[in-house]
Order: sequence, then structure tokens, then C-alpha cells
Amino acid sequence: MDFSALRNLISRYCTGEENWVDSRTVYIGHREPPPGTEAYIPQRFPDNRIVSSKYTFWNFVPKNLFEQFRRVANFYFLIIFLVQLIIDTPTSPVTSGLPLFFVITVTAIKQGYEDWLRHKADNAVNQCPVHIIQHGKVVRKQSRKLRVGDVVLVKEDETFPSDLILLSTSRDDGTCFVTTASLDGESSHKTYYAVQDTKSFNTEKEVDMLRATIECEQPQPDLYKFVGRINIYQDRDEPIARPLGSENLLLRGATLKNTEFVYAVAIYTGMESKMALNYQSKSQKRSAVEKSMNAFLVVYLCILISKALINTTLKYVWQSNPNRDEPWYNGKTDHERQRHVMIRAFTDFLAFMVLFNYIIPVSMYVTVEMQKFLGSYFITWDDEMFDEELGEGALVNTSDLNEELGQVEYVFTDKTGTLTENNMEFIECCVDGHVYVPHAICNGQILSGSSGIDMIDSSPGPDGKEREELFFRALCLCHTVQVKEEETVDGIKRGIHQGKATSFYISSSPDEVALVEGMKRLGFTYLRLKDNHMEILNREDEVERFELLEVLNFDSVRRRMSVIVRSSSGHLYLFCKGADSSIFPRVISGKVDRVRARVEHNAVEGLRTLCVAYKALSQEEYHNMCQLLDSAKLALQDRDRKLAEAYDLIERDLVLLGATAVEDRLQEKAADTIESLHKAGMKVWVLTGDKMETAAATCYASKLFRRSTQILELTTKRTEEQSLHDVLFELGRTVLRQHDSLTHDTFSGLSSEFQDYGLIIDGATLSAVMKPAQDDSSGNYREIFLEICRNCSAVLCCRMAPLQKAQIVKLIKASKEHPITLAVGDGANDVSMILEAHVGIGIMGKEGRQAARNSDYAIPKFKHLKKMLLVHGHYYYIRIAELVQYFFYKNVCFIFPQFLYQFFCGFSQQPLYDTAYLTLYNISFTSLPILLYSLIEQHISMDILKRDPSLYRDIAKNCLLRWRIFIYWTFLGLFDSMVFFFGAYFLFDNTTFTSNGQLMTTNTQMIFGNWTFGTLVFTVLVFTVTLKLALDTHYWTWINHFVVWGSLLFYVVFSLLWGGVIWPFLNYQRMYYVFVQMLSSGPAWLGIGLLVIISLLPDVLKKVLCRALWPTSTERIQTKRKCLTVEQSTIFMLSQTSSSLSF
Amino acid sequence: MMASSYSTKEEDGHQSGAPGPGGGVNAKSRKPDNTAFKQQRLPAWQPILTAGTVLPAFFIIGLLFIPIGIGLYVTSNNIKEYEIDYTGVDMSSPCFNCSQNYSWNSTKPCRCSVSFSLDQPFESNVFMYYGLSNYYQNHRRYVKSRDDSQLNGNLNALKDPSKECEPYRMNDGLPIAPCGAIANSLFNDTLELYYNDPNGTKTLIKLVKTGIAWWTDKHVKFRNPVGDGSNLSAVFQGTTKPVNWQKYVYQLDSDPDNNGFINEDLIVWMRTAALPTFRKLYRIIEKQGDATPTLPRGNYTLLVTYNYPVRSFEGRKRMILSTISWMGGKNPFLGIAYITVGSVCFFLGVVLLIIHHKYGSRSNNADISS
Repeated sequence: MDFSALRNLISRYCTGEENWVDSRTVYIGHREPPPGTEAYIPQRFPDNRIVSSKYTFWNFVPKNLFEQFRRVANFYFLIIFLVQLIIDTPTSPVTSGLPLFFVITVTAIKQGYEDWLRHKADNAVNQCPVHIIQHGKVVRKQSRKLRVGDVVLVKEDETFPSDLILLSTSRDDGTCFVTTASLDGESSHKTYYAVQDTKSFNTEKEVDMLRATIECEQPQPDLYKFVGRINIYQDRDEPIARPLGSENLLLRGATLKNTEFVYAVAIYTGMESKMALNYQSKSQKRSAVEKSMNAFLVVYLCILISKALINTTLKYVWQSNPNRDEPWYNGKTDHERQRHVMIRAFTDFLAFMVLFNYIIPVSMYVTVEMQKFLGSYFITWDDEMFDEELGEGALVNTSDLNEELGQVEYVFTDKTGTLTENNMEFIECCVDGHVYVPHAICNGQILSGSSGIDMIDSSPGPDGKEREELFFRALCLCHTVQVKEEETVDGIKRGIHQGKATSFYISSSPDEVALVEGMKRLGFTYLRLKDNHMEILNREDEVERFELLEVLNFDSVRRRMSVIVRSSSGHLYLFCKGADSSIFPRVISGKVDRVRARVEHNAVEGLRTLCVAYKALSQEEYHNMCQLLDSAKLALQDRDRKLAEAYDLIERDLVLLGATAVEDRLQEKAADTIESLHKAGMKVWVLTGDKMETAAATCYASKLFRRSTQILELTTKRTEEQSLHDVLFELGRTVLRQHDSLTHDTFSGLSSEFQDYGLIIDGATLSAVMKPAQDDSSGNYREIFLEICRNCSAVLCCRMAPLQKAQIVKLIKASKEHPITLAVGDGANDVSMILEAHVGIGIMGKEGRQAARNSDYAIPKFKHLKKMLLVHGHYYYIRIAELVQYFFYKNVCFIFPQFLYQFFCGFSQQPLYDTAYLTLYNISFTSLPILLYSLIEQHISMDILKRDPSLYRDIAKNCLLRWRIFIYWTFLGLFDSMVFFFGAYFLFDNTTFTSNGQLMTTNTQMIFGNWTFGTLVFTVLVFTVTLKLALDTHYWTWINHFVVWGSLLFYVVFSLLWGGVIWPFLNYQRMYYVFVQMLSSGPAWLGIGLLVIISLLPDVLKKVLCRALWPTSTERIQTKRKCLTVEQSTIFMLSQTSSSLSF
Repeated sequence: MMASSYSTKEEDGHQSGAPGPGGGVNAKSRKPDNTAFKQQRLPAWQPILTAGTVLPAFFIIGLLFIPIGIGLYVTSNNIKEYEIDYTGVDMSSPCFNCSQNYSWNSTKPCRCSVSFSLDQPFESNVFMYYGLSNYYQNHRRYVKSRDDSQLNGNLNALKDPSKECEPYRMNDGLPIAPCGAIANSLFNDTLELYYNDPNGTKTLIKLVKTGIAWWTDKHVKFRNPVGDGSNLSAVFQGTTKPVNWQKYVYQLDSDPDNNGFINEDLIVWMRTAALPTFRKLYRIIEKQGDATPTLPRGNYTLLVTYNYPVRSFEGRKRMILSTISWMGGKNPFLGIAYITVGSVCFFLGVVLLIIHHKYGSRSNNADISS
């Protein structure tokens, strides 16, 4: 370890000076600053090598094995295998070693191949050339040799080799355009800015002259956060310090666009770059099915251990008679005799464990994983979830949660971009209460339904005229929209024709684009931002220029943004635009009441409203503001908080100008989807940052609230009047009274009358409810709130901060029923709730792809949620439920006869089946049919599932994996295995179960031995277990027929082959001709048929009786559909005949 | 075609298909294939187990199984079987003495004769079995105590038997042939059957001792090692007999085709029984001519050379005479089981029929109303 690094480490722990610990100093070009300024401490940083691979050639085998055996299941089988190797066990180590070896090898090959691909990709990345400036010249180097502090030259369409601070660009204004498509999927061009003092450097020489250090925070994975400071030393003066933010930081993996070249300095390299830090996988989510599966496994493990214990105990009780322990015909070796009784007992216990270990088969894990992995392809393949517009279908980011889609009880959805299109249309604006509708001018048409006042008629006096134009200018200036003069740009595009090239407005927020466009239609066209001057084309076709001084960016906490501009006449203005709730408190004059009334009116209509305010600034005020902002921007620590404070100081004492209204249309079929989800028994919550009235209007439009819904409000407005305590209790009483009467009504058959409730709560009230208990009474708020929510069919939470969304999800997740939650959203503000919910679904929307990237599944449109849950989720759930239950069932059937056999072989651990059968039962004889079933079973057709969402209720609450059903399957397995064993027992016992030794001749008959007995049981077992699955299958495609009958045929062919040859590599020939001899005996055939039928009888009977007497709605639909199809086919045949007659 | 076309009706599909090409051009290659498999719309048969569909199956099973069961039961009852226990547990039984003073090394064989009478004549071929009870041939230590390659005539295995044969692998430094506990405990009682003519003379009944093992065992699985000469004793030179045997393996029979490892008594014994109570084929009494039954009714004497001790582990020894049918030996279980299952199915069919009539219509009505 390097000494300086050590010192660094020590200083980290000793100094306690946090500023030092959390930042790093980078010397640009590795040049020391002028002496005396600061101590030159060379720090060590990792090189620029990207290592995404897990293994190297040397450590692959040990590391991969270690990784694999860290899984409990693999470890369990390894232990069993080792036990078999060490002690004398009934079955050869091959029986468990071979499957384990197979599983481990396949996994290792898969992981090795993936790692090899990663190595290849790493090498390609690490060896690609980069241009580094050294001593004023451009040097080509391999990317991995890039070091922190190197100055890099990046040309157009090249990818940044590490995280870089932009020094200068080929463009005069020091900007460059970058697409981060490979990082977060946003293909729109983003603008990055060079450091002010270096942006003029245009040659290598100039860059080489630069002496500067960069202080910045240590690397952190957040792509959108960066704070730093650059100190530029010129001559011997004090260094000039400039703030650095994320707008100066070029991220590794992003691509340079529309810019000839840039000079930049590397600050985070290799594994410390933000891209590499984001490689880290998300925390694993586990599905409810998996949890029940593990619970079942524990039960089976207990059964296994108790079986082994019972048999060991009985063995020693039985052996207490020495003539039984060691009769004259069956002597022990001296070695065995001398062993201590405790050791013998322990080995016997282990031997029994080994004998019965197949009850928990390796193949179950493999099959479940294969089912999940392969099954998830059906989602990506789904044609109905393909969106022509986006050119993309659904995405599966994790296949572990497929079945969870069928278990959802709560749906949390975002509003903007999820329920709505996020495709904004400027509807109107209101200046001092006068309403302007752009269409009226633009198209020369009078729009019906628009609210009375026409723009021209309402022209106010000269004073008003001035205010009006100020308002329009404010909207033209207060935004972060860029103009792109390009043919094709992904993202949000709108053409503006200016005679020459087509330009588009591009912005990360569709609202802004809509507003700027709306202004254009009202006569003010925003042209471009050039040399820090915003150009506006006004109504008289004159170009007005405003110098852009500061942009106070939008954030979701402040919910507003501002710009400070200087007009050509030298006046300074601050324009501020934001949500009404964040503007009104800061307004000191203006026609607040009239605007407010209009805003509320629009909100009820479901429009998105923004308020605009301004403030004229004196030079002095501006100067103060600049200082305030600069000091905040330069701060290394808590920059965000300091900035917020500065913004708070600046954006106050505003003059209200007016408000705008933008419409966000509902997504196609959003209402239908929500209705289906409701019918499917899911509770839909809308969590939005929008204001209450807008959100409520959307909820009505999307049928979340119906006209009959009684709305309960829990908002700041109400809690201002009454205390939160009273409101909560009152609402609680209302809902609970209803609930009580409902339970009475269900008996009297009046349940259809019941009122359904909708709750509206806002962020402020929610945080009051969620506040940790101060005194005794407030601790109950959470409970009461949950109680109210549980009885509401729909809940709307408005004015939510992103983190609150996650809080709500967490609150519901932790409530006492532990419901399964699903969160769906499209924007970065939904990521926290997507990660928090059991299932997170991202909409590939317009606000970038962060949600899609962090989600478990991504779909193009909200409407696809319906098929995702009602069809795919439903199918996956019934498939995996059957898979799990069937696996346990078939292994009870398999192993329990062995257990019973111990009672007849002196508890000597004699296996009933041959080694080959023990090994292959789970691997090949019975594996494929259930795998196929779990991939393509459809108990009801897709169309019916979609048409009748209430079927989803049939599988709610993990009902196919309840203990009752699990016990039923286990008992069915026990019954079947009893039938197999005692059936064979009675055929063998006290009678001659015999066969003709010479085939085709009947003059002799022979006796069968124990291997024939085992083979008979095994044959019945394989047939019963396969046919049981066949009876459960409701969807017989040709593949099912092929696999089911094929695996039975395979069993027969294998048995013939296995017994047909003296295998030279085996040291025993116990199975030689056993199968053929068995089949040559008449009673064997009769016995097999009989036992298979007896085993299947109870299950068939149970199914038929349940269907006839207590049908579930699923079963009713199945029966009904059957009748219908019969009718249809008759009609079809009739029409066929009639048509044939007519010809 | 278009993504939504198949969910709509066919006419709509055509309509929406008409302006389709525009959308089709824009669609990228990422669009999933519209194959039946990928869309989970493979044509399929969708059976449902309802009372209606299962009813016929129940009746068919019922109608099929009852006659089969009756047939099996009658056939089984027609089989004649006679069983006699000659262990000699009681003081009164003729073999009591032999069973009491027993030692492996006694050179003088102990003989006892048991008389019995057959009430009915045994037609056709009669099979003679010995049966053992409480004898754990299926004990794990016992089952694996053999060397199949030695028995297959492998010379290496002959001289160096498998470890599995311990402690019956070597004796006095010589390898045991055949090694292992199974071979060591070969059943060595000799049973002879005499017919007591009413006129007082005893006729020895001819017992055939070949053809009692599986053909494949006798001809493939079990082979005598091939040595220099045809003389078996030369081939087995350098090996010793199992501890409990009185003679060497090449002395088991005078017939060279039934001697050494391919001795059928040995082969039968080597096929370990499944359960602690078992019987093994001992001899066959072939039918002499059409005129007389193989075993006419009357008195018989079983002459036992009592060599095999079973008293120490409370075992029993039996001799069984039985005829066979097409379905093997006497086996009432199968017939009774078939009759029972058949009747249960028939009964269930009737119950289901009632349920189907009562509830089937009701649930259908409920469907229509819902």
C-alpha cells in the first residue's frame, strides 16, 4: 500500500474534518500549483480500467463454485453428496452427485460465458484509444491508461472515456451537446457548459498552459448530482474559484453530439465513474410464491428429518434382538462390529437422510428458475403490449416476480405520464383575470365551449396591455427550452416553421414546450438562446433580446423556477413560474383573487395550471442576489440546502401576472384499465404531485372515482378548520359505520347498495399523519388512517413529494395484512416508489427512462397494465402454484414408498428403486411435462381473462398456495404412495406374482425379486404422476401431447435399454431384464392399470365434486365457455352446411 | 399485421389493416413476431373435468373392471395350491428333532418325512416351491453382498472378488466362489416327493430341476468362467467354497449345463426376494400324459433332508405345490381389487349422475344470470 494513501486513510479517520474527507483534489494535467498556495498532495486514484467481469481465468473455478455453493439449496445437496462419499450409504454418490454436477456445470458454463462476454466488452472498452494532451501535444493512449487529472480531447460522436469536467469546446459559447442514451436511455440532447474561465482555450497549447486544481466530492452513484470547485491559478495571484455542477460534468458512457471537439479533464476514472457505480445491482425482491415455497421446504425438511429419526429409532428397537441384527446368513464384518453404537446410530441416521433426501429435489430449483426465465419471454413477445409509436414492447428486467403480477392488491400509480399522455396542449392563459385562448387567433375560428371572453374584445386599457405583454414575455423567457434545428430528434418534438429550417423545441418538461408554443400562437415566438441572450420575435415581428443572467432551476420541492434577465433597455427582471401553491404565498400584489378563481376553475376541469409572477429588480438588488447565489453555488457541502435557502430569499415579494392552463389528455384506455383493476379487486391509489383539483378531475375522468363515490377529504383545507385528530376520527367513524352495516347487509342481500368511498389526501396532511408519535394519541393516526384507506376503493394522494410516494407504499406494505403492492410510474420522481413496491412497473414515457430502468417490468403504455396483470400475472401465478405443489406431490409419491419399504427390510436403508431410477426420476422422467405445463398452461383463454377481470379475485391472497391446499397435495401424495406400495405388496405377498421366464412360452414360471418389486412401484409411480399432471392440464397443444406421452415413452424405452444390456462399467447387473420380465407377466399389466386408476380416482372425484357443488367463478366460466364453444361449433357447422348447400 | 388485429373481429381486422402499411413500415425489427407460440395462442384442446365428462369414464371403468375382476377371481380360485410348513417348531411335528440339534458341520444329514394328502387332483404342470418366512433377503447388507462380474465368469473377479462380498470374500487366504452372503446362505434342504399309492407302495415323483430360472439369467447373466479345459474343477482351482457350503460350486450338480454358477438352484436363490416372507421355485412336476392328472388325489410324503436352520431367527420353512393359469399363481387380491374398484366406480358414477342432474342445471342458470 502506498504511503500517501495510508496517510490519506489515517487522516480520514483522525482529523474528523469532514470537508477534507469527502472531497478530492485533482491537479489538471498533473501540474503542481504555484508553490505556497497549497500543499501538493498527490492522491492515488484507480486507473481507468473498467472491470465488469466477476472472474479471472485463474479464480473462475474456486470463485464460481464458492458463489454457487453459497446458495442454500446447492449447499444442501453438496452436503448430501459428501455424506454419500464418506459413509456407507444405500445409494451411490452418483444419484445425487450427477444432478448436482449437472446443475453446477450448466450454471458455471452460463456464468462463464456471460463473464467471457463481459471480459470481451471490458477489453474493447479498456483498449479503445483516447486522446490525451501531454506537453501540448495530443497523444493516443489506451483508455485504461487514462489517469485522473489527464486532459482529454474528445471528438464528435465519441464516447467519454471517464467522468470529465468540461474545460472548453469547439463552440464559442462553451457549450456542448451530449446524449446519455446509454446511461439512462434519454436520447434527447442535453447541454453541458464549459468552465467560464477556460472556455476560450481552443488549442492543445492553451490547454497545456492551464494551471488549476479541481476540488470535488468523492464519487457517488447519483448521475444527476455533482458539486465541485475549480481553482484557476493565473500568474501569482490568488486563485479564481468557480463552482462546478452537474452541468459541467460529462459522464462516462455519454456521447458527444453536434460539437466538433471538447477538452475536458478526467476526475473520476474506471470503477469510480458514475456509470460504473451504477452497475451495482438492485436489491433482490422476492415473490410471495417464493416465500411460501421456502415455508413448504422447511416443512419437508422437518418431514425428512423426522422420517430419518423414526427409522433410526425403530431400527435399533428392532435390532435389539441379536438374531435380527446379525442372523447367521447375514454377517457383519469385524470392522462394523467394532464400531461404537453411537457412531453406528449416527451413520444410520445420515444414511436414512440420504435415502430420503430426494424429497427435496435439486431439479425443483432448476425448474422454477427455468420457468421464470423462459416464461418471462412471453411478456416481451406479447404483440398486444407492443407500442407502434415507441417501437417497443414490454421489457422484463427481472423474471423473479412474474407470478407476483397475479397477486397484486394495491396499485399505486403516478398521474402525469402514466394515467395521462404527458403530451401537453396549451389551452388558455389568464392575465389579471382576462382569458386568452390561442386558437381564437391562430386559426381565426371561434372555439366553442371556451369561456366567453375573447381576446380581442377583452383588450384592456394601455396599462393592461403592458401587463399582458409582460406576461407573454415572461413565459417566453422563463423556461429551459432549447431550440433544435434538426430534422430528427428523439424526444419531444414540435415543428416551428420560420421559413428556413424546421426547428423543434426540446425540453425535459413537456409543460414548458406547450407553454412556449402557446406563446408562439399568441404572437410571441421564442427564437433561440445565443451568446447568453434570449431572442424573442414579438407581435410586430421585431426581435427582442434579453440577456439571461441567472436561471433558478425547477425542482420538485420548490415547485417553481425563475430567471433573471436584463432587457435591451437595461431593466432587470425576475420572472417566476410555478405551481399556484408555491407562487401565491410569495405574491404581494396583483389581482390574486381573480387569478385564483380562474386557476381553481381550470383545475376542476382537469387542466394543469401554472402561475406566473415577476419582480423588477434594481441593480443593487441584483448584485445582492448574485452574491447570494454564488456563495451557495461555491459551497462544497450542503450545496443543495444552501441553494434552496438562497432561492427562497430571492423568490419573494413578487407581482402576480397571471396563470396558464395546459391540458394533459388521458392515456388511451386508461379509464377502462382502471375499471378493470377495480373489478379485479385491486385498490388503485393515485399518487401525484399535482394539485388536488386537477388530480381529482383526472380521477373522475379515468373512472377512479365514480359519480356515486362518496369523497372523503383529508386535506390541509379541512385540517385548518378542525384538528387533524377530529377529522381523522370523524372519517374513521363514517367509514367504519358503513363497514359494520355492510357486514349485516350481506346476510340480508342488500350488499349491492353499499356506498363506496374515495379518499383524497394531500402531502402536507399525510406527513402530519405519518409523523412519528409525539404523544399517545398521535400514534394512532397511522392506524386510523390505514383503517380508512382499507375501506376506500380508491385513494388520491396529491401534492406528494417523491419520497412521500415511497412512504405511502411502505406504509401499506407494512400494514397487518401485508398486501402485495404494485407501483407504476414513468418519471424519475416515481423511482423511489417503484423500488419500494413489491412489483415496480415503469412506463417508457416522455420523462426519460429512469423509471423503466429501475423497474422490474417496463411497459409502453398504462393500458398494457391490464394485460400484464389480468392475463400474464394470472397465468404465471397458476402455473407456478401448480409447479410448486406438483413438485412436492411427486416427490412425496416418490420417496414415501421407500420409507414404507424400510419396515419390510429390517430398516436396513435398502433402496426400493434402482440407482438409475433414483437419479433420473426428477431429471428426465417427470421433469419436462411439468416444465412445459408451467410455461404454457392456460386454464381459461386470454380473452375471457381480459373480459372478466373479477376472475383475478379467484387467485388473490396467494390462495393456490395456502396451507390447506398444500396439505391436500401432500396427503394426495401420501395416499398415492400407499397405493403404489401396498398394491405392489399385496401382489407380491402370499401369492405368486410370477412371470414366464422364456418369452412366448408358458410352461415355466419364475419368482420376482426385490428389484422387480421396486420397478413395479416405480412404473406405477411414473405413470400416475404424469397422468395426474395430464388431468390438471387444461390446455393441450401438440407440444403437451408430445412431452407427456413422450416422457412416458422415454421411460419405457429407457427401462428396456437399461435392463437389456449387461453394462460393463457397472459392478452390478441387478436390473438385467427385470423390466422385460415384469412386462411379460399378465398380472403386472393388470396391476399397473389398477393401481394407476386407484391413485388418480380421489383427485378426479374431488375435482368433479368441487366443480359441481362449490364452483369458483373460474370454474363456472370454464364450464360456460365449454357450452358456448359447443354451441358455436354447431352453429359453425350449420352455417358450413348451409353455405355448402347454397353453392 | 397490426398488433391489435386479432383481438378484434375479423371484419374490423380488415378495416384496420387497410391503413396498416404506414404503421408497418415504421415498426422496427424489435416488434415481436406474431407467431401462435409466442402469442400463447397455439391451437389447443381444452378439456375440463366436469361431472358430465367424467360420468361415462366412471361407468366404463365400472363395467370393464367388474367382469375382469370376476374373471381373475374365478381363475385364481381354480388354481390349486397346497402348502405345508415343515419347520418343526412343535414337538409333534416330524422335523422337530432335525430342527433342534443342528450344526453346519455335521456330516450325517438329518432326514424327516412329512405326510400330507391332496383332496383334489392337480392337473397340468405342478410347480413346487420352498417358502421362507421372517427371512430378510432384502436386507441392504445382504442384497449387495455379491459380485455380479464373478458370477458372469470374469476370471479377475473370480480370483479377486468385490469388496462388497465382505465378510464372505476370502476364506483361509483363498477367494470364495461364489462370494458374498447371498451365495453363502444358499438354501440347501433337499425335498423329495413320494406318492403313497392306495396299495401301499411309495412312488418317487420325478422333479425337473431345470427351467426354473429366468432364461436370461441362466444364459447371459450367469456364466461359468472359461478355463483351459472343460473341467469345471480346474477352472475353479485356487478358489474355495463358501463357508457354509458342504461342497464346492462345481459339485452342485452332475449335469454340466446345471453346474457351477449356472446351477439353477443357485440362480433362483441369487435373485433376492422383495419381502421377508417369500417363496422360490424349487422344482417342476411335468404332466406325464393326458390320461392321468399330474398329481392325483391321495396321500403323499415329503422327504426332507433338513440342512437349513431357521429357528435361530424365528423363521419358517414351507413347501408349496401349485398349478398356474394364464395370470400366474393363485392371486385372489387382484380379482377382489378389480371387483371393488369396478363397483366403487359404478357407484360413484351413479352419485355423479345425480349430482350432475341436480346441480349441473343450477350452475348453468347461475352463469346466465351473472
